Amino acid sequence: MSRGTFLDLCYLVAAITFIVALMGLSSPRHARRGNLVAVGGMTIAIGATYAQPHLRHLGWMVGAMVLGAAIAVPTSRFVKMTAIPQLVAIFNGVGGGAAAAVSITEYLALTRTYVLCPRTTAVGIGCFTFGGVKDVATYKILEVVLGVVIGTVSFSGSAIAFSKLQELMTGRPVTYPAQQLLNAILGVAVVTVAVLLLVTGSLVWLWILLVLALVLGVAFVLPIGGADVPVLISLLNAFTGIAVAASGFTIGSNLLIVAGTLVGASGILLTRMMSSAMGRSLPNILFSAFGSVVTASTSTERDDGRSVRTGSPEDVGVLLAYARKVVIIPGYGLAVAQAQHVVRELVDELHKRGVEAFFAIHPVAGRMPGHMNVLLAEANVPYDELKEMDEANAELSTADVALVVGANDTVNPAAKSAPGSPTYGMPIINADEAANIVFLKRSMRPGFAGIDNDLLYDPKTVLLFGDAKDTLTKLVAAVKAA
Amino acid sequence: MNQILEYLTVFVLSAFVGVEVISKVPSILHTPLMSGSNAIHGVIVVGSMLVLGYATTTPEIVLGTIAVFLGTLNVVGGFVVTDRMLEMFKARPDDKKPTGKDAAP
Repeated sequence: MSRGTFLDLCYLVAAITFIVALMGLSSPRHARRGNLVAVGGMTIAIGATYAQPHLRHLGWMVGAMVLGAAIAVPTSRFVKMTAIPQLVAIFNGVGGGAAAAVSITEYLALTRTYVLCPRTTAVGIGCFTFGGVKDVATYKILEVVLGVVIGTVSFSGSAIAFSKLQELMTGRPVTYPAQQLLNAILGVAVVTVAVLLLVTGSLVWLWILLVLALVLGVAFVLPIGGADVPVLISLLNAFTGIAVAASGFTIGSNLLIVAGTLVGASGILLTRMMSSAMGRSLPNILFSAFGSVVTASTSTERDDGRSVRTGSPEDVGVLLAYARKVVIIPGYGLAVAQAQHVVRELVDELHKRGVEAFFAIHPVAGRMPGHMNVLLAEANVPYDELKEMDEANAELSTADVALVVGANDTVNPAAKSAPGSPTYGMPIINADEAANIVFLKRSMRPGFAGIDNDLLYDPKTVLLFGDAKDTLTKLVAAVKAA
Repeated sequence: MNQILEYLTVFVLSAFVGVEVISKVPSILHTPLMSGSNAIHGVIVVGSMLVLGYATTTPEIVLGTIAVFLGTLNVVGGFVVTDRMLEMFKARPDDKKPTGKDAAP
């Protein structure tokens, strides 16, 4: 076997590990292993590249890699967990920048030489003998255009997303007059310059295209803000994947095409999943600051445009299974559904997994004082798992999940914050202090007091509609499966 | 033109695989998956090494070196951040030997 064939086989192994890694990352059980598999594949790919024949400028190469690693490791290791999203944004952005730089460099090389070098194989001799400028096939230029434009948009877009999350600038959508029109003009300009580059092959147009793409990335991201930024980062991540695939076409590397396309395709799907988990459509997230798209749902949206987030029992099951502390807040809905036995099953299942789980009993939960205690005692819930309101409130700020089963008014923050509210002054269970809130509800109907509950519209709240007993049964199954 | 058809084949098949492998992901894994695939497109570092390794003119060397640097940031940072995120999915020690309270009936 020749050296070139062996190195290509190494790249094939790396491509397979990336597929295996993505599969692993989709399930909680194998996620960490999946990531390590990808690390192994990446190490093989980089090692094989160093073994390519006739490689030059090794000093620059090693130097750039050592410097990059020396910056990336401490940054990603020691930054606070809360700053993780902006780290992902910035690491994604530099990937897009790298893809654009690779495409440009290869274009410089293509327009300089008469002989095309298949970079991934062992043919190294005779590549650099000719000078002067040569016409490059149009499809080759198109690959370069795609790599440069998409990579650069991802680069500058991620930089803005980073600034928003890092609070270097406002996190809110930035709008200005005629934004939509200006962006449209910018888009047309990018296409025009790209066509000019395709026709003439002149480097001048490539540099102009690079600048326009930088501006486009900024203009695209500015009007997106707040809770939508994580979805945006996921989309930019998919962009970088596509840019990497385009670079792969340009330099003739199957590994780059496979890995880039994998990330591009799965990234777009993931972006759609993330936006639907927020109860929003992707165009709504990307362009809503323009006012061009209006959310269609009416039943789950309020007059002021805020909408609730609904989840699936599978999602919530995994959330519960991997939490450290879960506080269950039962209410009248639990009694109506006669769900006390199922909820007991859920708690047992969580305890089996080592999750700390207990009930927080509001004095007026249900329709009479002590209603919940009686019900749960009937289901043989041990007494020490039922905590009174004050005791539970002391725990809620450190809870990962507050699971509200058929309660509403007893967790409504209006009792603390809205002097006009009928429940104002009533002590409540502070479900709003938990890291995640899950409501099991039959419908959007308000509770006994007939007042709207702000907590339902909280960004950290997930709603599961349906009969409490049915939903809890599904949750038990989901926790078992997780 | 045969070469580009070969690459297009690889591209199309990879796109189908990419969609297929992550058909159902629980929402708490959305962020780690995004971060993990972020690290995977760090494979651009391999492309960067190749263009730098076969560069001849100064602009190519400069751009190639920048690409290797950026690609390394992407791949190393991506993997470390993902691993940190996934630390919270480690099996808890209580899974094997339940502590007093968890063992209660």
